[in-house]
Amino acid sequence: MADTVKLPEDSFKQITAADRAALDSEKIAAPSLTFSQDAWRRLKKNRGALISLIVLAIIFIMAFGSIFFSPHNPNAVNPSYANLPSKIPGVNINGFNGTLVQAGQRIDAYKQAGASSLHYIMGTDYLGRDLFSRVLYGTRISLIIAVVATLFDLTIGVTYGLFSGWKGGRVDTIMQRIIEIILSIPNLVVIVLLILILKPGMTSIIIAIALTSWVNMARLVRAQTLEIKEQEYVLAARTLGESSFKIAFKHLLPNLSSVIIINTMFTIPSAIFFEATLSYIGIGISSPQASLGTLLNDGQKNFQFLPYQMWWPALVLCIIMLAFNLLGDGLRDAFDPRTKE
Amino acid sequence: MAKYLAKRIFYLILTLFIVITVTFFLMKLLPGTPLTNQAKLSKSQIALIYQQYGLDKPVWQQYLLYLAGAVKGNFGTSFQFSDQPVSYLLSSRIGPSLQIGLQAMILGVIVGIVIGALGAMRQNSWVDTTTTVVSILGISIPSFVLAVLLQYYLGLKLGWFPIAEWGGFIYTVLPTLALGATPLAESARFVRTEMVDVLSSDYIELAKAKGLSRMGVIYHHALRNSLIPLITIVGPLAVNIMTGSMVVENIFSIPGIGEQFVKSVLTNDYPTIMGLTIIYSFMLCVVLLITDILYGIVDPRIRITGKAN
Repeated sequence: MADTVKLPEDSFKQITAADRAALDSEKIAAPSLTFSQDAWRRLKKNRGALISLIVLAIIFIMAFGSIFFSPHNPNAVNPSYANLPSKIPGVNINGFNGTLVQAGQRIDAYKQAGASSLHYIMGTDYLGRDLFSRVLYGTRISLIIAVVATLFDLTIGVTYGLFSGWKGGRVDTIMQRIIEIILSIPNLVVIVLLILILKPGMTSIIIAIALTSWVNMARLVRAQTLEIKEQEYVLAARTLGESSFKIAFKHLLPNLSSVIIINTMFTIPSAIFFEATLSYIGIGISSPQASLGTLLNDGQKNFQFLPYQMWWPALVLCIIMLAFNLLGDGLRDAFDPRTKE
Repeated sequence: MAKYLAKRIFYLILTLFIVITVTFFLMKLLPGTPLTNQAKLSKSQIALIYQQYGLDKPVWQQYLLYLAGAVKGNFGTSFQFSDQPVSYLLSSRIGPSLQIGLQAMILGVIVGIVIGALGAMRQNSWVDTTTTVVSILGISIPSFVLAVLLQYYLGLKLGWFPIAEWGGFIYTVLPTLALGATPLAESARFVRTEMVDVLSSDYIELAKAKGLSRMGVIYHHALRNSLIPLITIVGPLAVNIMTGSMVVENIFSIPGIGEQFVKSVLTNDYPTIMGLTIIYSFMLCVVLLITDILYGIVDPRIRITGKAN
């Protein structure tokens, strides 16, 4: 106790009652954020999800922008320029400079075809159609099918789930039995059966995918509805005499939004996958229309000799699937802080 | 348990009955006739053929006959191979599909568990990053793209495995790898998430405090508890393998039911499509039933309520 520190007198200040009132210890310094602002803040921290979002935006813009601006006509057949490898101006790496190995020697395929001045970024297919334009076109068709099918399946799934969960009791039991029956047939089998009945084509693919993939959404929405409908604010709304319809829209739907958005992010890639599988088998989109699946199917036939014809559409397909999956993961973490941090 | 089992089996039969009914009437809606060259046949010839296959009877009688046949495993005669009963066609083809499907499932789930557990044990290290990358890639790359790549690089370029055909075990390697990728990715992801959860729970702390070795904690407490919920995703994985097999069997030209399904669809062979739909649903129902029962046995908390969810 020998060395007591002597603090100078002026380092202390007496607080008056007025000062204390001004201090306000209850004040929250951070701005108050809404649910979506908070989610967006967390999503921004997730690098993978953010990059996926940007990549998806670019792919969407390019795919739909190609309606107005496409480097070539995706359906223009030009047999003399058939099977040209990819040539990107300014890049001199084998595989991207328009050369290919023929009879043991690397030759300039463009010179051979008399097209030295042209360059096809992804090369051309067996009919001389520009593969880049084809891929853009195919991506567009695939995305349209996936997004439209998902919108339908969203509507069916959310309505079904909400109704089932809200009603409860016997209605719920029967509706759940129906779901169990649908779940016990592999999706692709049902889709194929539906397409056989509806005749192959874009519309029937959309209908078939929509009619089969709503089940997951319905289950999730139902489970969540069962939880939310016990909440006090729902009871309050009921007591105030709100109709069930209004409660569903004003109270249930907003609280279900995160579940719905997350599940949508996983439904879209699975729809793309189903479409690609169908077209790959040969009962999906038929030529001259193209989708990523048909492009893969075409490319696969020549894979041994012209691997780039399959690599490009495969790459685009995988990037889209990857981006949606990463974004879905990111959104799940963003909406449900418990899973991370 | 017995009561629960009886109830589940009743639902299984009900489901199959509905599947048969719906497919039967859907097939009746389809356009076209089973006759290959109708224009060359006279009216009486057509009538005779219809009589032979029982197509002259009213639809409800055909339905009852079909139902009675289906119970005994008789799904009619194939349109495509005119003398072959569908049941014979399918029973000779189901073997390869089952073999590849089971191999893919076992390989995928086991490797997935190992990768997922490693990722969770070394959370946020390079091992974990690899786990995440592998699982996200496995989910994002469609099995048919993977199949073609495997076939080309491992089969053709390196010559390690036969490219196609069906023979001994060596022929099943590439299709198994192609089909097993998704189950691998899904289960790795699932196990990792579960195990990260389990590893932060109190009883793991207790086990560590008791002085158990690291491996003891991982094996006896963490891994076992994270594996229980894995049973629930076996059903969806089975669907995934069935779906994938349709394309993968085609790529490797394996004489399985997936390849037959695609062939039948392209040739409008309705009786075979119906038979296959029923078989697919039957297999899936059985998988779901087994996983539910297993779940009840492994996790006693479920048995009390008598239902998995």
